[in-house]
Parts: sequence; structure tokens; C-alpha cells
Amino acid sequence: MRALFGQLLVGLINGSFYALLSLGLAIIFGLLNVVNFSHGALYMTGAFAAWMGLHYLGVPYWGALLLAPLAVGLLGVVIERTMLRRLYQLDHLYGLLLTFGLTLIIEGLFHHQFGNSGNGYPVPELLQGGSDLGFMFLPRYRAWVVVVSVAVCLASWFVIERTRLGAYLRAGTENPRLLQAFGVNVPVMLTLTYGFGVALAGFAGVMAAPIYQVSPGMGSSLIIVVFAVVVIGGMGSIFGSIVTGLGLGLVEGLTKYLYPPAASTVVFIIMALVLLVRPAGLFGRQK
Amino acid sequence: MTVPSPRRWSGQAIFMGWATLVAVGLAAPFVVYPVFLMNVLCMALFASAFNLLLGYTGLLSFGHAAFLGSAGYVAGHAAKAWGVDPLLAILAGTAVATVLGFVIGSLAIRRSGIYFAMITLGFAQMVYFLAVQLPFTGGEDGLQGIPRGRLLGLVRLENSFAMYYLVFAIFLVGFAVIHRTIHSPFGHVLRSIKDNEPRALSLGYDVDRYKLLAFVISAGLAGLAGATKALAMQFETLTDVHWHKSGEVVLMTLLGGMGTVLGPSVGAIIVVTMENYLTGFGDWVTVIIGCVFVVGVLAFRRGFVGEALNLARRFRS
Repeated sequence: MRALFGQLLVGLINGSFYALLSLGLAIIFGLLNVVNFSHGALYMTGAFAAWMGLHYLGVPYWGALLLAPLAVGLLGVVIERTMLRRLYQLDHLYGLLLTFGLTLIIEGLFHHQFGNSGNGYPVPELLQGGSDLGFMFLPRYRAWVVVVSVAVCLASWFVIERTRLGAYLRAGTENPRLLQAFGVNVPVMLTLTYGFGVALAGFAGVMAAPIYQVSPGMGSSLIIVVFAVVVIGGMGSIFGSIVTGLGLGLVEGLTKYLYPPAASTVVFIIMALVLLVRPAGLFGRQK
Repeated sequence: MTVPSPRRWSGQAIFMGWATLVAVGLAAPFVVYPVFLMNVLCMALFASAFNLLLGYTGLLSFGHAAFLGSAGYVAGHAAKAWGVDPLLAILAGTAVATVLGFVIGSLAIRRSGIYFAMITLGFAQMVYFLAVQLPFTGGEDGLQGIPRGRLLGLVRLENSFAMYYLVFAIFLVGFAVIHRTIHSPFGHVLRSIKDNEPRALSLGYDVDRYKLLAFVISAGLAGLAGATKALAMQFETLTDVHWHKSGEVVLMTLLGGMGTVLGPSVGAIIVVTMENYLTGFGDWVTVIIGCVFVVGVLAFRRGFVGEALNLARRFRS
């Protein structure tokens, strides 16, 4: 019983990261029509930013939680301004290919600097330890990750669905030219949206640093699963990506308990089933 | 995507082209190291098969390594554990990749555009995990020391020259199939799907069936390349099913020129040569390949062959 709940908790943690990353992907894709392959690499960059901040500059976890996403967001702004911007008029495929190339560069650089092995990142003092719930042991940091991830996702949902800024964003997704005609500076909005989307990835990276080993490959293995999550959920709704992310994390945890060898492939099997039954995705709209 | 519209070449020009290709191929091993050439030929066939999808049907498969690698594992296992004839081993690998192509293809064509890329990437990752876990693939070590055997029980393929000519013959067969496909009525339908899918649909073509058939042909030929490569190189590892490989074939096609017959082969020569000479740089190889990718996407979308054709056209008019 304890093993089951332990695996479900691990699944819930993974699911939080799926949700955070697929949310960023969906926001970027909605407005920019770019599938951001480098999302995983930027998540890794966020984790390394936290690690480097702690080791070279003595920036604590709480500082990193704010500064690392900011740094990753800035990097995103630079990428959008200098490169992505030139591809908007072309086929969507080129955006994917460009960000794929960027992934290779970013991962290669970190690989060169830090090697293949993982680097540990200490859990902040305030969140060390945990409590025994009777049926399972709940480490405090893990509870924090789940709660904060869901909170950030919900906050993003609120901003996009309920505020004026979000209304602009949705309008831009629907018809950017009309929005521009109304006097909104769409190019700046695109830049900031990309920056915000990748900052979410950087934020997820900082959250992940104390749980997983900080290593150059941590992002790419994750991003492919997140793509599958996006296919399963469909990029149509933000709420959908949150639910799908958490749900698939749980399913993965459950599989790890029931039949461990299938844990790494279960998401793709579900993807196949969803494609058979509901090709547009669980929450998607068929265009 | 702007691809130069297909031009009619005279029969004589096509014949001269093939004659040159064969002559260069026959003479090459006397000038360049045969094992290196075999690698180039296999990757050229792989990229040409991939281009049938990307360049002529407009489908970006981001999981083509799955077909290359699975065929390589099957062929390698058949040759090593069962000791079958090398041709049979290659056919077995190709058959498995073709079936896999049918399964993945029929699922993936249910979505189009960017989702298609993500779905193929996902399934390829699943194949990667299977390659790590299945008992016969050798896990992290892969298959080592795959015997090349005797071709039809007669020709000893341990001799690299003999093996090279087999690989070259296989390349020519695969290349001819692709050339024929592109220039057949079927190929024209594929191109119309790429240019304007709703229109092809409204003209009465069953678009999904055409896409699926193109996907299966492409997967099968990618498998042919992978199976041949496993025997030629005498090993098969996880590198061949990794997503890096799927990206590499996109790079080859992009650099050479997508939607051109010779482009992918030119791209394969460039990328394999580059990797060969850069091995001394260690981790920097990935960074350099990434930079080439970025520059290619931003400033060199026609690729070498595409640019050459474009120049020639401008020169003529």
C-alpha cells in the first residue's frame, strides 16, 4: 500500500512538470504557431541556472525561484527577437526545426561544461523533512512542488481567461491582424508571450532541481513525453493541458507500481489509443 | 515551403545522370575508405527515403530513426543469432520496418501538420525504450560483431570491397524505387497533397491512403538502409533509434535540398563527412551540428541542390 501511494506521489510530481511544460507549449503554440522543441532544454537551463546561482554566487533557492525563470525568459526574448521572428511567414515546420537546432546547441554547451553526470541540489531548509500520513510518507518539498505547480497553472489560466491582458492574448490567437488593426502592438506581444512561456519552463526547472539530478539530458527525455501529453490533451484548452498533465503523471505512477517495465512507454500507448478513439485529443477541437 | 517546381528532364539527361552516378559509385572505393563510403550510402538512402515524405508529401516525420534502428536490430540479430544469409537478414529487417511503418503511419496520419511530427517523435521514443528493454537488442551495449556472412553462400562479404558493392547495389535499387515513385502518377498526387491538401481531397483523391502508402514506402526504404548499415558496419546500437538520429536525417535533407532528387544524398555526404572529421572535438560536435541546423533553417532553406537548381534556372532565363 505504501509503495502504491509512493509511486502515485512520484507520478503526481512528474504530472506537475508535464502540466507546467505543456501549458507553456500551448500558450506559445496558440499565439506564435511554433512548436517549441527547445522547451525541454530551457527547463534544463532553468535547473542549471539555479544550481550555478547557488554554487557560484550563493543565491539561495528562493532567489533562484525568481531569478532563474527571469534569466530563461530573457534568453527566450533574445531567441524570439533574433531568430524565431524571421520564420512566422513560413510553414510551421521551420519553427520546430529551428528550436530543435537550438536544443542541440544548448544541450551541447551544458554537456561540454558539466559533463554527463548529474549534480545534486539541496532541498531548501524550510521545506526539509516531511510528515507521515499513515498510509504514506509525504516529504514536505514534494507537497510544495505539487501545490505550487497547480497554483501557477491556475494563475496562468485566470490571467488568460479572466483578465484584459488575457483577452488580448486570446484575440491574438484568433486573429492577430485584426488585433493589430485595433492598435495592439502584436510583435511585442509575441515576444513577451514566448518569454513568458519559456520562463514557465525555467520555473519548472528550478522546482525540479532538488528532486531530480541536475543534468544536461534532463530536459530532452521529458520534452518528448510532454509532446505526447500535448497530443493526448490537445492544445485547445489550458485547463485541458493541466488536467491531462497531472492525469498522465498519475497513470505513469500507477503503471510503475503494477508493471514497472511499461512505465516508460505507457504514455505513448495512451497516445495511440487516443488517436484511435478521439484523434483531436481529449480536450481538443478538430479543425 | 517553397520548393522549385519539378522540371522535365530529357530522357538523355536522366540516362547521363544515372551513368555518372554508377561510374562514380564504382570507382569511389579505390579513392576513399570503403567503410566510410558504406556509411555515407546507407545514410543517403535513409535521407532519400525520408525526403519522399518531407519533400514530396509535405509530412515531417520526426521519428524516422525508429525504422532505421529497428530494421538494423532485426537484421543484425538474424545474421548473428540465426546465421541466415545476409540478403535474407536485410529483407527481414526491411519487412519489420515496413510493418512498423504501417502501424505508426496509420495512427500518425490521423493528425496533420505539427501534430504529425510530435506523434511520430513519440512513437519513435517508444521504439527507443523497447530497444533498451527487449532481451535481444543487448541494451546499452547494442549488438556487436555482426557477421556479414556469405552472399547467397558464395561471395565472402568480410572483404570490404565486396560488401561495398553490395551496399552500392542496394542503394541503387532503393534510389531507383524513390525516383520511380516521385515521377509516377502516384508521386504527382503526393505532390498535389503537399501543395494543397483540401484541393486534392476535393478532386476525389483518398488523401489518407496516399499519405499512408507514402509513409509505408518511406519507412520500408529507411529500414532497408538501416538493415544494410547494420551488416556493413557490423554493429547496431541505441544511437540508431535515438531522436538525435531522427533530427540528423532532417538536417541532411534540409542541407541538401528538400524536394530534390539528389539533395538528401548530397546532405548525407556533408553531414557524415562533417561528423567524421569533427569526432576529435567531442561535445562540440552537437553544438556545431546545432549551429548548422539553425543557420540552415534561417538562411539556407533551399539547400545546396535547391540553390544550384535555382541558379541554373536564373542563368537560363
